[in-house]
Amino acid sequence: MTDATNIAPPGGVAQAERPRRARSAPAIGGKLKGLSDRSIAWLFISPTILLLLAINIFPLIWAIYLSFTNYRANKPGVPVKWVGLRNYEQILGSDDIWGYLQATAHFVVFSIALQVLLGFGLALLINKRFKGHATWTTVILLPMMLSPAVVGYFWTYLFQPQAGIFNYIIAFFAGIEPDSFTMIGDVDLAPWAIVLVDTWMWTPYVMLICLAGLRSIPDYIYEAAEIDRASHWRQFWHITVPMVLPFLMLAVLFRAIENFKMFDMVVDLTSGGPGSATELASINLKREAFENWRTGYSSAFAIILFVTVFGAANIYVKILNKVKQR
Amino acid sequence: MSAAADSARTVLEPTARTKWLSGGLVVLYALVASIPLLWIVMTGFKTPPDAIAYPPKVFFSPSLEGYVNLFTTRTRQTPEYMQSLPPPETWYDALVRTRNMVIAGPSPIGGRYINSLIVGFGSTFLAVFLGTLAAYGFSRFKVPIKDDLLFFILSTRMMPPIAVAIPIYLMYRVLGLSDTHLGLIILYTAVNISLAVWLLKGFIDEIPPEYEEAAMIDGYTRFQAFRMAVLPQAVTGIAATAIFCLIFSWNEYAFALLLTSGTAQTAPPFIPTIIGEGGLDWPAVGAGTTLFLLPIVIFTIILRKHLLRGITFGAVRK
Repeated sequence: MTDATNIAPPGGVAQAERPRRARSAPAIGGKLKGLSDRSIAWLFISPTILLLLAINIFPLIWAIYLSFTNYRANKPGVPVKWVGLRNYEQILGSDDIWGYLQATAHFVVFSIALQVLLGFGLALLINKRFKGHATWTTVILLPMMLSPAVVGYFWTYLFQPQAGIFNYIIAFFAGIEPDSFTMIGDVDLAPWAIVLVDTWMWTPYVMLICLAGLRSIPDYIYEAAEIDRASHWRQFWHITVPMVLPFLMLAVLFRAIENFKMFDMVVDLTSGGPGSATELASINLKREAFENWRTGYSSAFAIILFVTVFGAANIYVKILNKVKQR
Repeated sequence: MSAAADSARTVLEPTARTKWLSGGLVVLYALVASIPLLWIVMTGFKTPPDAIAYPPKVFFSPSLEGYVNLFTTRTRQTPEYMQSLPPPETWYDALVRTRNMVIAGPSPIGGRYINSLIVGFGSTFLAVFLGTLAAYGFSRFKVPIKDDLLFFILSTRMMPPIAVAIPIYLMYRVLGLSDTHLGLIILYTAVNISLAVWLLKGFIDEIPPEYEEAAMIDGYTRFQAFRMAVLPQAVTGIAATAIFCLIFSWNEYAFALLLTSGTAQTAPPFIPTIIGEGGLDWPAVGAGTTLFLLPIVIFTIILRKHLLRGITFGAVRK
């Protein structure tokens, strides 16, 4: 580390900042020999910023450029032609795309609704701090720590109509034949199969965040309500729910972003099928980009999805902030 | 809960009955949710016929065939050839021969796990190293547009990977980083670094700056003070952050699938390609999945106290 004192601060950034150094550096640092605090700060921070610019921002700008061309990544020799907005027109005018977005919306809405109900419920129960709650919480957390792709893949085994345990258990309780239905081979059931696996996997996440919300509510609020003889039901609706709501909304935001771009779990579970029943937007995007090699077209699709996520997330965060301030 | 806790009970303490009921429901959920995991672990110890038996077998005589099949490639032989072989030298030779096959060599799974380890630890080391520096920078110094930079770092995590996958693919092809460990390490470092910076900033913020100031008054430089006064105290936080980064790299699939094809491929894209003779070899898949999940399960148990913080990376804190 001592050698590092000889390394010049990267780029002209530190140079430009130098005149203001004396003003803003903490008094103690300024008196010491070696690099100024300002230079050290940039030396420490700039690798991270540069890496993120190289791996996130530069490719994003490149994708925006590609979205206006007819470039195909499998034919690097062919000259790139500027096609203007044609890719965007083609995507927004395509009926298939709306089908993929519909499948995505179905997946996002239903999986999150289930996760919120189950996760919030579980958090309320765990918050009662029964004996052994920590151990059982850990057991519940396991699914979300696993690899989504591997999870998707082994669920195909559980979903098998004959050898799979899932059909057998459902059939046992519903009193039907185990091989009378197939979750991932049926156009009507497959969208629910991905909702189910996602819910199994991510309910613990919503539960954890709700638990954080519940634990942040100070006891004295409930004590005051208790003195006012508010019923448990009223306490729940007027204290618990509003206090947990910002946390819950945050969980919904994170899950919605994740599920909107969902790829790995669904690819290995249904790979978009049967037909295009579970063809989510990102699965179709991968197909166009890396199987049909329509690089320009898929870049445009990627940008549309990206703008959608960012726009929706921004509006949502504004609402969230209003809820928080209340 | 002891008797002492009971005597101090307030109106808010749940009654014994409520606790019993809540506990029962949570345990019920946990048990039902564990079935898929237990089932896949069990499948790893079944024989191939048991794995596809109808109805599914809950009780079976355990076998290591899945694990042997996972780690080897085998060729089917004629009965005459099997007769002519000398007696098997090892238990796994014997096991494979009961299916009229001989072991042809090791399977690629070992290499895929090693790739996962190289990429996982490499990117974790880099993300934690760079993240610690940046977090310290943000925590201790006045940086212009600090809030904007921190938000920028966080926002990269919200970007759909698929939106940047295409140019990264092109970029890697030009730079020769496709299908290399380095390529994946750089990529995973970039994805992990936002988490690392945010988490570690939280941990470092909690260490009083007086420690470094005292060290610097004693004549140490900023670097020495950082190394000797801050790092030792941030060790728990660094360890927790490292495990989160490792879990992400270990589980990542989309980039690994798009950017690697063989040499540098990690385990997640490989496990679904495990196939046996005449259909999917579910015991081998079960074995491979079990071995893949095991470290994560252990980490989760070790890490559970830090989990909440890692998952929400400070965003929940008000």
